Amino acid sequence: MALLTLEGVSMRFGGLDALQDVGFHLHEQQIKALIGPNGAGKTTLFNCITGALRPTAGRVLLEGRDVTAWPAHRMCHEGVGRTFQHSRLFDDMSVLENVMVGRHARTSAGLLSAFLRLPRHRREEAESRQAAMDALWRVDLVDRADQPASSLPLGERHLLEMARALATEPRILLLDEPAAGLNDEETERLATSVRRIRDEGVTILLVEHDMGFVMDISDEVVVLDYGRKIAEGPPLMIQADEEVIRAYLGEELE
Amino acid sequence: MTFEQLLQYIFSGLTSGSIYALTALGFTLIYNATGLINFAQGELVMLGGLSAVGLYQAGLPLPVAFLGSLTIVLIVTVLFQQLAIRPLLSRGVLAQVIATVGASLALRTAAMMIFGREALPLPAFSGDTPIRIFGASLNPQTLWVVGSTLLIVLALQLFYRRTLTGKAVRACAVNPLAARLMGVSYSNVVLLSFAVSGAISAAAGVMITPISFMTYSSGALLGLKGFAAAALGGLGNPVGAVVGGVALGILEGLGVGLVSSGYKDAIAFVILLLVLFLRPQGIFGGKAVEQE
Amino acid sequence: MSGGTSSRVSRFVPRNWSFAVLAVAVLLVPAFTRDTYILSIFAFMATRFMVVVGLWLLLGLAGQISLGHAAFVGLGAYGSAILVTRADVNPWLALVMSAVLAAAIAGLIGIPTLKLKGHYLAMATMGFGEIIHILLIQLKGLTNGTDGITGIPPLSLGPLNFSDPRLYHLLVWVVALIFFLLALNLTNSRLGRALQALRRSEVAAQSLGVDTSWRKLQVFMLSAVAASIAGSFDAHYVQFVSPDSFTLNVSVILVCSVVIGGFRSVWGAVWGTLLITILPEIIKRFNEDAVNLVFGLLIIVIVVLLPVKSGPLARLQLLLRGRERL
Repeated sequence: MALLTLEGVSMRFGGLDALQDVGFHLHEQQIKALIGPNGAGKTTLFNCITGALRPTAGRVLLEGRDVTAWPAHRMCHEGVGRTFQHSRLFDDMSVLENVMVGRHARTSAGLLSAFLRLPRHRREEAESRQAAMDALWRVDLVDRADQPASSLPLGERHLLEMARALATEPRILLLDEPAAGLNDEETERLATSVRRIRDEGVTILLVEHDMGFVMDISDEVVVLDYGRKIAEGPPLMIQADEEVIRAYLGEELE
Repeated sequence: MTFEQLLQYIFSGLTSGSIYALTALGFTLIYNATGLINFAQGELVMLGGLSAVGLYQAGLPLPVAFLGSLTIVLIVTVLFQQLAIRPLLSRGVLAQVIATVGASLALRTAAMMIFGREALPLPAFSGDTPIRIFGASLNPQTLWVVGSTLLIVLALQLFYRRTLTGKAVRACAVNPLAARLMGVSYSNVVLLSFAVSGAISAAAGVMITPISFMTYSSGALLGLKGFAAAALGGLGNPVGAVVGGVALGILEGLGVGLVSSGYKDAIAFVILLLVLFLRPQGIFGGKAVEQE
Repeated sequence: MSGGTSSRVSRFVPRNWSFAVLAVAVLLVPAFTRDTYILSIFAFMATRFMVVVGLWLLLGLAGQISLGHAAFVGLGAYGSAILVTRADVNPWLALVMSAVLAAAIAGLIGIPTLKLKGHYLAMATMGFGEIIHILLIQLKGLTNGTDGITGIPPLSLGPLNFSDPRLYHLLVWVVALIFFLLALNLTNSRLGRALQALRRSEVAAQSLGVDTSWRKLQVFMLSAVAASIAGSFDAHYVQFVSPDSFTLNVSVILVCSVVIGGFRSVWGAVWGTLLITILPEIIKRFNEDAVNLVFGLLIIVIVVLLPVKSGPLARLQLLLRGRERL
């Protein structure tokens, strides 16, 4: 059974069809990319999967279970983590503290134990700290742990977003344009991290414009155009697909 | 309740409803331009009323006092916008909201220091002789209030639908970034929205003063009711603001008839909470109010 | 808030030192003075401090504005006054009952408003404040209208009678300091981080598993409880309550004190409380009415000229500690 299944997901904003009848499977430990011209509905689809938006039609299934329109925080508990296109770091916190917020779903101290610093809470804090450091290690940001998040350069902001999502112990990680604004060296570093994360057992769905990166890293690619799925398959097949070429050429001509 | 009484309550509801409608419009204009709820909105209404009283007592004829009051509030609003809101436009809504909260406290206190603590009257625009309609008496000032409200709403509609500036403002409300790319100056739109909002609120304040008097402390409740009206109609929706205002006024009028006048001011709050509980997008659907 | 692992130990100690210094300083006040006027200023400062710390958690940490906190103080004060003078309830029980009521009302207001985006809570709490003010005046049978309720007995605990101002000083400051310590712990916990995160981005916080509506509701109710308890203490200390003490202006002044102290650390609540206690005493010498005008203008100046997260005093405090990073 597929880890994540989309069935006929549609999203209307007013009179605009942002997504029409989109469906595909995401299998365990796959790296799948979602590409398409600007405005094709890629981020909207992410929002529908993660519960940030409620699709107007269709279903989202996690291991066969219907999780459509579950609230975002619950999807996190279910093991769906994500990053954002325009990074939404907590700029007034340190790098480590950002990642520690990611431990929220995996810890449980309540108001009382936080108030009184009960032993259980202190133990949990220590564990959170350790797990957050591990997540930073996985994206190679350990030496930044004590710096304010606002001081990071763009490439490292993407990595921090990833570390933060990894700290939630996701089974599926959704990355929204992780390579945007990165130079070649940073992109290479990102690809290494993404592969390592996959090898550690996390399934990955990513939205990306950097075609070199996409074709290099993904097992499968889904192409969206004007909210519809126009192609799906391995990178080589997608590169040869005529409808895909048309969609992209159309964009360049604009 | 007899028919005459019912009509009477509806008349009085229509009067205060028009004022709530104008205040709600004031909220809407600023909300659409900036996404912020102006907590000093009611204070602008209060300031409009009291300025007119001050100018009238200084010996100016009533129409001149009316226009003078609009000018004063306009200046205050524009100054506040330029000095406090403009520098905060890029800094998020929380800081802007705090600035308007500070402005509400400052304006309220300044009004108390200038005009004192007493409730001050203004003569009715055209006499006090009530007009009899179906056994109920209609205060001529009500006609002034309702008529002017209609005029203002119509003028706004024309401005926003027909003029280039108006269209630019609407474009900004829909998509600030796109509007900016098209050469619309966002900060000018915000300035304009504050100015129009201030003038409308001042007009509302002057018109209601002959009926219900004005004190330095009236602003908070007026603002609250204007906001309740805007939420009832759908925050960000100008038509909703007007309908919400009139509906709130009439509900309040009937509430006074059915329950007690002592709790009149509680009605708006109960309606506000009910709207937020049951239908946060309001009757006519406002801008997305749920979390993005 | 922006420290980290390696400095954890070194930061833990100075923070507790600051707390110890604060605690010793205020608790020693009665050793130096018997002046009832000075002691009364300190007594009000303690309850004000509790309210401001609670409001700091709501506004400074979670970024949610309440314009009705004076009404929650009023709820505690009137709750205690009515239960104790009319129903002969034990004062401590009355204090708890009032706090429970405050929490319930906060829940009622918070549930519909806190799941919406924007600042609906601020408007709803403002409305709530106005309603409470109206009810306190209108429900004459219960509240005695504008005359207020007199004859509220001072608190006592076994052989201790807190009508002695110096004894009361110790009581109210111990309570306030304990609450402050709890708040310090909270900010430094999983829940504190969640609240700080949602202030910056609710969407991001949700994607990391934070149930933002619930957390906002929780901290709002907590701040309402703190305000109510403070009100109960005031009522027993002054032995009199009237509607005038619980107006919108008071609520706004409370917001001012959080803004003045800064959002950066809950220590801002200390400086904010200090300033709203001292500044009016100075302004009153020139013009009694101008106090609120100054506060209103002051917070505009602060948010315009300084980042909200670091009020002027928070900045000064950081400079004094030699921590440049703002």
